[in-house]
Amino acid sequence: MTPMTDLTDLAPPAIRARGLSHFFGSVQTLKSVTLDIWPHEIFGIIGPAGSGKSTFLRSLNRLNDLIRGSRVEGRLEVEGRNIYDPGTNVVELRRRLGMVFATPVPLPRSIFENIVFGSRLAGVRKSGELKEIVRDCLEKTSLWEEVKDRLASSALKLSGGQQQRLCLARILALRPDVILLDEPTSGLDPISTMKIEETLRQLKRDYTIILVTNNTKQAGRVADRTAFLLAGELVEVGPTDQMFTAPADRRTDDYLRGRFG
Amino acid sequence: MNPRREQKIAAGVLWFFVLVTVFILLFMIFFILRKGLPVLSLSFLARNPVDMGRAGGIFSTIIGTIVLTLAAILIATPLGVGTAIYLTEYTWENRLTRVIRFGAECLAGIPSIIFGLFGFILFVTKLGFGWSILSGSLTLSFMLLPTIIRTSEEAIRSVPKDFREVSFSLGSTRWQMVTRVILPSALPGIVTGIILSVGRAIGETAAVIFTAGSALNLPTSVFSSSRTMSVHFYILAREGISLDNAYGTAAVLIIAILGINILTYSLMNKYIRKFQ
Repeated sequence: MTPMTDLTDLAPPAIRARGLSHFFGSVQTLKSVTLDIWPHEIFGIIGPAGSGKSTFLRSLNRLNDLIRGSRVEGRLEVEGRNIYDPGTNVVELRRRLGMVFATPVPLPRSIFENIVFGSRLAGVRKSGELKEIVRDCLEKTSLWEEVKDRLASSALKLSGGQQQRLCLARILALRPDVILLDEPTSGLDPISTMKIEETLRQLKRDYTIILVTNNTKQAGRVADRTAFLLAGELVEVGPTDQMFTAPADRRTDDYLRGRFG
Repeated sequence: MNPRREQKIAAGVLWFFVLVTVFILLFMIFFILRKGLPVLSLSFLARNPVDMGRAGGIFSTIIGTIVLTLAAILIATPLGVGTAIYLTEYTWENRLTRVIRFGAECLAGIPSIIFGLFGFILFVTKLGFGWSILSGSLTLSFMLLPTIIRTSEEAIRSVPKDFREVSFSLGSTRWQMVTRVILPSALPGIVTGIILSVGRAIGETAAVIFTAGSALNLPTSVFSSSRTMSVHFYILAREGISLDNAYGTAAVLIIAILGINILTYSLMNKYIRKFQ
């Protein structure tokens, strides 16, 4: 593993995994993963299909809990607290770690209602406040100009790229600390992908971003540091430039050169 | 036989089956309306039966049908939909869920006259409710439960898994997810099940005659005995009181069921267009 960068001195890690293993029944999907993710970085996770990227992401907001037979060993800390301790407020955790999925999933309601869905759950009722949230989140994802005149129309009518930016805006409305993205551009065209990546770079100022991608070039373009997972094992983690130019592990080199995966 | 020929014959046979089905359906409706419509008039709908139904109208049986059906639906819907929500969202598949589902399936296969007898023994005599709207609607609601559970479960299961993940990831509790995401999306399917049940409740005779009785006057409380249109039709026809009035009652029944179906489906279509 590469030595920690100077970021270490600035702040404690936002996320700290220590010997994190994950199982679905008897199948082990993560093998004792240890890594740190720093505040306000874009942390890329790459690896071939089935390497445990999404499982790692989903263990962060405990979405794996929804699957029968899911089990975790080791520690996974968010801002210093092990989120698998009994007594963790999972609803609160999921609000602080907003997640965007591979396929955009707008809920069958209006654009406006999609964005304020989380706010309403949390009990925000004042219409002025909700309107403010919608505008703010749509502006941050540069969707405002495109949809401001049809906030009341169904979110299902938006294009794929717009839907994915809507999903991102919907996350921002939660005012999270961390944004989890699970291959967010895998179904999008290059222009939509570019817009999302541009948005991520801007969001970095205010959020910690974890980006799972099966597109290594995307990690190269936007991630500050990158982790390479292979069959549930963390092969290598470090600054993206360094990993892409001089990978420490042979397997990383092979993967980046497209020899497998 | 070559496949092309086979295909032609299959298409022809299937088309013939469809024709027969449609013909039977239309013939029945036509037959009953032809016999029944001449009897229909405003006074037939608005007046109570006179002389056991030989004369007068069917007003009190219309009221009896509406009250009994509504009460049965009001009892069965929360029980059935609640069970379906529990089975799909609140528990993993296990022995208990299989037992519940198996029990519901069995309940669906029991002949309605057995429900009638059960209702008679439990509600009418043991619990002392007598022949009453209360006994009748409780018995009917038990009969409707399997349909409502099954259709609701199917409707809830057909809500995309993604919606659940999105809802949870946006910080909803399980209950918030159920009420704000699952139920609105599953509503058309759930309502379809309820309409099927309404049709079944309106048409049910055996279970009702044993439990709600066949009093011809307007009900005044849940403990009043009451006669539904189906029971009225049965008694008029069976005892040869008035075949004309029996057909008149049947025509009202058929028109009512058609009307309910058309109205609900058009409302559902509007709902689906608005929200999905």
